[in-house]
Amino acid sequence: MPNFDFKRRDFLRTGAAGLAAGALPLSLAKQAKAAGDLTIGVIYVGPKDDFGWNQAHAVAMDILKGVEGVTVVEEESVPETDACAKSMESMINLDGAGLILGTSFGYYIPFMQDLAAKYPEVVFRHAAPLWSDADPANAGSYFCYLNQAHYVDGVAAGLSSPTGKIGFVAAKPIPSVLSNINSVLLGARSVNPDATVQVIFTGDWSMPVREAEAANALVDAGCDVLTCHVDGPKVVIETAEARGVKSCGHNASQAPLAPNGFITGAEYKWETIYKMYADMLATGEPLPNIVVGGYHNDMVQNTTYGAGATPEAIAAADAAIAALKAGEPIFTGTLKDNLGNVVIDKAYDNYDPHLDGMDYLLEGVIGSIT
Amino acid sequence: MASGVETVLIAMLGGAIRVSTPYLFVALGETITEKSGRINLGLEGNLVLGAMVAYATSFHSGLPWLGVLAAFGSGLVLGLIHGAVCSLPKVNDIAVGIAMMTFGIGIAFFLGKPYIQPQAPRLEGLPLGNWATNPALKQALLINPLFFLGIAIAVVLWWAFANTRPGLILRTTGDSEASARALGVNPIKVRILATVLGGGLAGVGGAFLSLSYPGSWNEGLSSGQGLMAVALVIFARWHPLRCVVAALLFGAAGALGPALQSVGISQGYYFFNAAPYILTLFIMIASARSGATQHQAPGELSIVK
Repeated sequence: MPNFDFKRRDFLRTGAAGLAAGALPLSLAKQAKAAGDLTIGVIYVGPKDDFGWNQAHAVAMDILKGVEGVTVVEEESVPETDACAKSMESMINLDGAGLILGTSFGYYIPFMQDLAAKYPEVVFRHAAPLWSDADPANAGSYFCYLNQAHYVDGVAAGLSSPTGKIGFVAAKPIPSVLSNINSVLLGARSVNPDATVQVIFTGDWSMPVREAEAANALVDAGCDVLTCHVDGPKVVIETAEARGVKSCGHNASQAPLAPNGFITGAEYKWETIYKMYADMLATGEPLPNIVVGGYHNDMVQNTTYGAGATPEAIAAADAAIAALKAGEPIFTGTLKDNLGNVVIDKAYDNYDPHLDGMDYLLEGVIGSIT
Repeated sequence: MASGVETVLIAMLGGAIRVSTPYLFVALGETITEKSGRINLGLEGNLVLGAMVAYATSFHSGLPWLGVLAAFGSGLVLGLIHGAVCSLPKVNDIAVGIAMMTFGIGIAFFLGKPYIQPQAPRLEGLPLGNWATNPALKQALLINPLFFLGIAIAVVLWWAFANTRPGLILRTTGDSEASARALGVNPIKVRILATVLGGGLAGVGGAFLSLSYPGSWNEGLSSGQGLMAVALVIFARWHPLRCVVAALLFGAAGALGPALQSVGISQGYYFFNAAPYILTLFIMIASARSGATQHQAPGELSIVK
């Protein structure tokens, strides 16, 4: 289609060469841009500036906006329902998007899978490790294994908590959330074998009142460090600070919210992936179907330690980061879930697909996923 | 297990006090409006806009109580629009209410973007639990003055509806427009005033959300509390004191899910989290079946007529 346009334009221009002489440089420039043009459609599950998950993506998206010839169209607060399929289709059909980035877990199955089959010429990438060989080749996944940074949170929390009781406010029991909860536990247990993690599920990504209730209930239950996996952790961190307990952040830096109790936090570095995509798009290279990473390739980080971190905690957490960068596994040995079943029988690499389907809470986690 | 029961009960007490205030203000506001014979379904919009305005005002001025006042003002304005539009001939108040809800939420989201990250000064609670040794109980009794203000307003309304001239005019207008006109009352004026005042109270409920509990502004803040509160009014049968009871009940029900998980009853938390909604459903069924509801409903309400 673009080629046809060029030919027609060239033809017209030749015919009217004399008249168009002055306008020629301009239309040539337009043409060059059109040849490399790509519209990227991005959908977010919440507001772009939620101080959490969506913001982490939206900020990193600036890198793609800076690529020559790339236009980014974005839609925020798109629910994980049929609505997201409609948004994506309108981006494809009305905005001419050639690449769709779906940034929320529930967008992929079945919506992005179906659309990838329906629009084979459009590239789909989704921010969770869900793509498999059976899926359309124009679909794919990218993901930062934040559980590695949560493991470091756990190490720091385990040594900063007087009682070893850590509270975790979680949204939904999906594998990446469960993996974060279990990693906090394993991190804490690596420095304090008696540490526990108590989890409360709120049921959705953004439920501020219920998050505050959950945070209060965990403090009332005796937890003295709170962390969370919800879209916007502000309420949990502020509630922890108000109740005088320590906290670990999630998604983005929440250090300023808790000047007294902040320990550290797990942060994504989506910009590493989007930078890679941007470089590939600029050179016209196809995007890989799967991009995953963690500490070893600079895709996650921990927030600078706050006043709540003890010196021992900082030393141990720094050591844990070094170990993760060297590829030391988190899930290792024989581990049981909190119902007594053996779920981990050997050391699994931190990117082992076996861990992507996590549907259990380890022994030491107080809570239930049903 | 005794301590588990205690924990849940304390959490429900705390939840009743902490979570009920926005319900209470919206329900009282709606009671005033409905007593005049009009329904304002748009109070969710007032709540959300009030939350945003209060947070922004507190952030810029450093004075959280000024934020409460500003939220009241923003609610008055939304109420005035609803009241004025509904006074035009053949305008359906329910449809306008839904439009106002979308309008209020939309404008709050639009103007509220820059206030999601900053921290604004919050309203301080009154530490009424300092005598308690149990830290959870102490926390539950850290009560925001707005809670008491809400109860005071409920008592004043209850008294004023029955014992004052404005109360009588309001009820007359709501029960029979013809009688009000015979008394020389202009029903349109009464209804506009009732909607304005009701809208203002809902705005104050929003200020509680953003300045006290959970005490921060973001777009998921209200999650439909303003709509639920409108349903509460029917349960409370347009009685201000019953609004207090209903709001406390809803607050306690909302605290049930997290509290049960915190003592280890974590199976079926989706069900417990749904407790306030299930409660609404049962309340609606129960109250719709009772003849008393029809009896006490203002006669001029468009859903009753």
